[in-house]
Amino acid sequence: MSNAKNLNRREVVKVLMTACPEALVIAGLGSSAYDLFAAGDRDLNFYLWGAMGGAASIGLGLALAQPGKAVIVLTGDGEQLMGLGSLATIGAQQPNNLSVVVLDNGHYGETGMQPSHTSLGANLAAVAAACGLAWTMDISEMSQITTLAEHINAKQACGLASIGVSADALPRALPNRDAVYLKNRFRAALKLPII
Amino acid sequence: MIAWQETLFDVLKNNGVKLVTYVPDAGHADVIRRAHNDTSLRAVVLTTEEEGVAFACGAALGGERSVLLMQSSGVGNCINMLSLVSVGRFPFLTIVTMRGEWAEFNPWQVPMSQATQTVLEAMGVIVYRVSEADEVASIVDAAARFAFESEQAVAVLLAQKLIGRKQWTNEK
Repeated sequence: MSNAKNLNRREVVKVLMTACPEALVIAGLGSSAYDLFAAGDRDLNFYLWGAMGGAASIGLGLALAQPGKAVIVLTGDGEQLMGLGSLATIGAQQPNNLSVVVLDNGHYGETGMQPSHTSLGANLAAVAAACGLAWTMDISEMSQITTLAEHINAKQACGLASIGVSADALPRALPNRDAVYLKNRFRAALKLPII
Repeated sequence: MIAWQETLFDVLKNNGVKLVTYVPDAGHADVIRRAHNDTSLRAVVLTTEEEGVAFACGAALGGERSVLLMQSSGVGNCINMLSLVSVGRFPFLTIVTMRGEWAEFNPWQVPMSQATQTVLEAMGVIVYRVSEADEVASIVDAAARFAFESEQAVAVLLAQKLIGRKQWTNEK
């Protein structure tokens, strides 16, 4: 069974980011990136405008490069469905500091709200569990975000949360789309050298 | 006489590579084994090559150098994800073992093999080719420096002639 999809995605992300102020965040393209930007722009946010299916793999590379920091991959159901194999790769690596947070509205929101596979029987938390991720959550209540933030901040095990959010087309909140700029400010915030 | 595979591995290490992603290929088997056995490196097996392209960008965001090992058929799986490398000017180094170009037994390897260099260049990747064992050190070292110090996307194609024929009998 998939989770109910009733939560307000902007509110979810705002509450999550307030609870995880130190996290390094990769945001999948489309509404996930808009939600993260709407929650407050920060140097340690890296917004994708493409690379569909790649968010979790970017997160894995980042998590292994920065093992002391909590890494969040904040993405949509469609984006994660395109990178299902990356969940098996994460399961094989068990990065303690990596959490995949799927804002699951069951639809492709950017292209006309066509139903996605999570409206048609697929359950991403179950897939993640089957891939060996240490914890998974199917979230349908705001109160569960606190538990999710505890998992993320603990950096004790990798996991995935699928958060049921309503399929509303919210006003777009557009982050910067210059990836070189986003990369360099991210690295500067980690006190890494710029070329 | 040091085998070229050991030379390749040492050059990667000497260039500060800490993360080795791969989809297995017989031509990379020695380097993959060395990466798993070396505690200073982390070897990451992928389900498909495009994961490795995205992974490399994430690693670079976090300040680590990585390399993606794949065979020529895997290049086709990377095409759109190479947009991320290009648009972010991420350092990207891949070592590609060639199939389908020299004494090939399996015709299914040929179409992607023949398109490999074209596809990489179409997506903005700079392509080097190694055909002889004594070129491995200089070319891989140049590619790594180019990738990591100039933030370029660089592929080194290891010619099938270098790797040798795949054995299709039961003999090892």
